[in-house]
Amino acid sequence: MGNKVCVAMSGGVDSSTTAGILKSQGFDVFGVFMKLWDAKGSDRGCCTLNDSNDALRVANKLNIPFYVLNFKEEFKEHVIDYFVSEYKRGRTPNPCIMCNRAIKFEFLLNKVKTFGADYIATGHYTRIENFEGKPFLFKAYDKKKDQSYFLFNLKKETLSEILFPLGRLSKDEVRKKAEEFELITARKRESQEICFIEKDYRDFLKEMGIKEKKGYIVDLKGKVLGTHRGFFNFTIGQRSGLNIAVGKPVYVIKIIPEENLVVVGDDANLYRTTFIIEDVNFFEVPNSEKDYETKIRYTHKGERAKIKKIENNKFLVEFVIPQRGITPGQACVFYDNERLIGGGWIKEVL
Amino acid sequence: MRKVYFDHNATTPIHPEVKEAILPFLSEKFGNPSSIHWAGREVRAFVEEAREKVAKMINADPSEIIFTSCGSEGDNMAIKGVLMGNLKKGRHMITTVVEHPAVYRTCKFLEKFDFEVTYVPVDSYGMIDPEDIRKAIRKDTVLISVMYANNETGNIFPIKEISKIAKEHGIIFHTDAVQVVGKVPLDVKDLDVDILTASGHKFNAPKGIGFQYIKKGVEVLPLISGGHQERELRAGTENMVGIVAIGKACEIAMETMEKKSKEIGELKERLEKGILERVPDTVINGHPEKRLYNTSNISFKYIEAEALLVMLDMQGIAVSTGSACSSGATEPSYVLQSMNLDPLCSRGALRFSLGLGNTIDDVEYCLEVLPPLVEKIRKMSPFYKK
Repeated sequence: MGNKVCVAMSGGVDSSTTAGILKSQGFDVFGVFMKLWDAKGSDRGCCTLNDSNDALRVANKLNIPFYVLNFKEEFKEHVIDYFVSEYKRGRTPNPCIMCNRAIKFEFLLNKVKTFGADYIATGHYTRIENFEGKPFLFKAYDKKKDQSYFLFNLKKETLSEILFPLGRLSKDEVRKKAEEFELITARKRESQEICFIEKDYRDFLKEMGIKEKKGYIVDLKGKVLGTHRGFFNFTIGQRSGLNIAVGKPVYVIKIIPEENLVVVGDDANLYRTTFIIEDVNFFEVPNSEKDYETKIRYTHKGERAKIKKIENNKFLVEFVIPQRGITPGQACVFYDNERLIGGGWIKEVL
Repeated sequence: MRKVYFDHNATTPIHPEVKEAILPFLSEKFGNPSSIHWAGREVRAFVEEAREKVAKMINADPSEIIFTSCGSEGDNMAIKGVLMGNLKKGRHMITTVVEHPAVYRTCKFLEKFDFEVTYVPVDSYGMIDPEDIRKAIRKDTVLISVMYANNETGNIFPIKEISKIAKEHGIIFHTDAVQVVGKVPLDVKDLDVDILTASGHKFNAPKGIGFQYIKKGVEVLPLISGGHQERELRAGTENMVGIVAIGKACEIAMETMEKKSKEIGELKERLEKGILERVPDTVINGHPEKRLYNTSNISFKYIEAEALLVMLDMQGIAVSTGSACSSGATEPSYVLQSMNLDPLCSRGALRFSLGLGNTIDDVEYCLEVLPPLVEKIRKMSPFYKK
C-alpha cells in the first residue's frame, strides 16, 4: 500500500490538525470538504461557505491539494431521510452515526480511492489498533472527547483503510499543534450540535414536511393527562414542554407512535434494565457470558451489560443495574475495556 | 512539480506586456479621471486611448464602448437594461438553454418580476437552430440574447443569422461574446449585433474589467446609476488599472490573434488527437467543426470526470468539468445535460481549454500522464467491464 491519505476536512480545528499531523509524518496528504446540505439562509452548520473556505485556507497553509466534493444527494437519502423517518416512528435518531457509516466511510472512501487514496483520515477522537492480529476501534486517550461511539457501525473491512491520528491526543494538545502549524482554525469554536439543525430539531422536521398531529399524553395506566401536538416533539426522559399539571415532575417514559400516545411517569420509571437492539454491527462475535461496558447514548458513561443473541441481527441486552432513559433509535455500543466490540440500534425497551 | 494550465476558458494569465502597461497606474498615475487638476488630466487620456483600442479590435466606434467590471455585469446590464428600457414594447425575451449563468440566472431573476423568457433548446451537438429562435418570436419580444461561443463545448453559434432574424422583427439582439473576444477576429458591424459583452480576464487582462459594446441608438438603461462616467451608462470611478489593461490586451490580441489561433489550434488538435488515439472509449462533445480553436470537451466513458480532474491536478495539470458551485464542488453540467448525452458520457466529460503560454511540451506531458490515470480510474469503476 502507498502512503496517500485523504483527510476529510470540515473547516474545524480537529480535521485541520489531522491533516497537519499526517503531513508532518510524511504522508502524501490531500484534503476534501464534503458539501452535504444547503442550510436555508444559514451561515453556520457543517457545510457553509465559511467552513469550506477555512478548510481551503488550512490546506493551502499545509501546501496540500484540496477539493470540495458534492454529497448532497447521498446525504439527503442516507442521513436526512433516515433522521426524519426515525422521528416519524417515534424514535430518537443519531444522524452522525449514519453519516459516518454511509457518507464518510463508504461514499467518500470509495470516491477518494478513485483519486488514488490509500487511506482516509478524519479528526475523530478514537484509535484503530490491532488486537490479536486484527484491527479494532479503541477509545481515545482523551476520555472526555472519545468519539468511538459514533463509529460503531463502520464496516469491519474498512478499518484497515482508516487513520485516526487524534486518538492519542487531548483536545488541548490538538489545539496546541494547530497553533504550531499556524492554522487559522486553531482557536475556532467547537460545534457540538447536529450539523444540519439550525436551532430546534422540531422546526427542522416541520420544514421537512412532518405534520403536527394532536394526540394524548397518558400515564403508565393509560389515564389521559393532557394532549400533545405530535409525538415527534418528545424524546425519552424529556420533562419540559409537556404542559400538564399533575402536581409532581413527570417525564416521557415511552412513545407509542401507532396510537399517537406519549406516556409519562415518574423519574423512577425511566430506569430500566433490558432492551432489544437490531441492525447490529460486531467486530467480533460477542460472548454471552461476558459483561461488556455498554453505552446507550453518546453522553452515557457506560455500564456493565450482557448481550444475548435472539435471532439474526437482533440481540437482547441486559444491564447489571437499571439505567435511566434507554431510548429507541439511539445506538447501543459495547466495549471490552478500551476496545469497541460492536453495537446496534435500540429497538425496544422491555 | 510541473504545472500545466489547460483552463483558459475559466481565466487566463496576464500578458507580460499588459502587466507592464498597468504598472504606472499602480503607482504614480493614481488620479481620478473625472478630476479637473493634473492628477485627473494625466489619466483621463488613457481611458479614451484604451476605449479606442477596444473599439478598433471589434470595428466599433469608441463612443459605443462602455467599460464594465466583468462579463456577468455586461450580461446583466444587457438583459435588465434592455427589458427595463423597453417596457412599452413588451416583456418577453428569447435565449438558449446553454447560456452562461450570468445570462441564465438573470433571466430566472426577471421571471420573478413578470418578464417572460423562452429558452431555445440545443441538439446533441449542443448547437442551436436559428429557426427555433424565429419560431419563438412573439409580438411582445424585446430581446434575443444568444452567446457567441459556449464556454463548455466551445461551440460557435450562428450569431450573424440570428442577428438577422432579430433585425427582421425589430428586436434588440445581445450576444455574450466572453469566450470569443480576443480569441477570434470579430466585427460588430458585420455581425450586426446591438449589444456585445466581453470580459478582460478571458484574454490576458486581469480580472475585474470587461467591456460592453452598445450600438448607437440602442435603448438600454444603466445597471449602476450614479455619476456621469461612461456616458451615464455605468456609474463608478473608472477602474484605471483594468481599463488600461484591457486596452492593451485588445491591442495585443489584434496583432497576434491570427498567429496565436493557429499555434494554439495546432496544440489543441494534437492534444485532442493524442487523447482519442491513446485512450479508448473517448468522445468529443460539441460540434465537429464549428468550435473555438482552443477548446476541447472530451468524454472519458465509464469514469467520473471529477476523479480524473483531481488526479490530473495532483500531477500539476489544470483542467475543468462543467460548472462549479460557490465552494468549488462540481455539479452536473447543465450544458451537457441539455445535449441529452448518454449519462456515461456526460459524467466523464472534461474540458481542456488552451491559450497563451501553452507549449508542445505541455501537450506531450498531458498525453503521457493522462492515459494511465484514465486506466487506473476505470479499473475501479463499477461500470467498466473489460
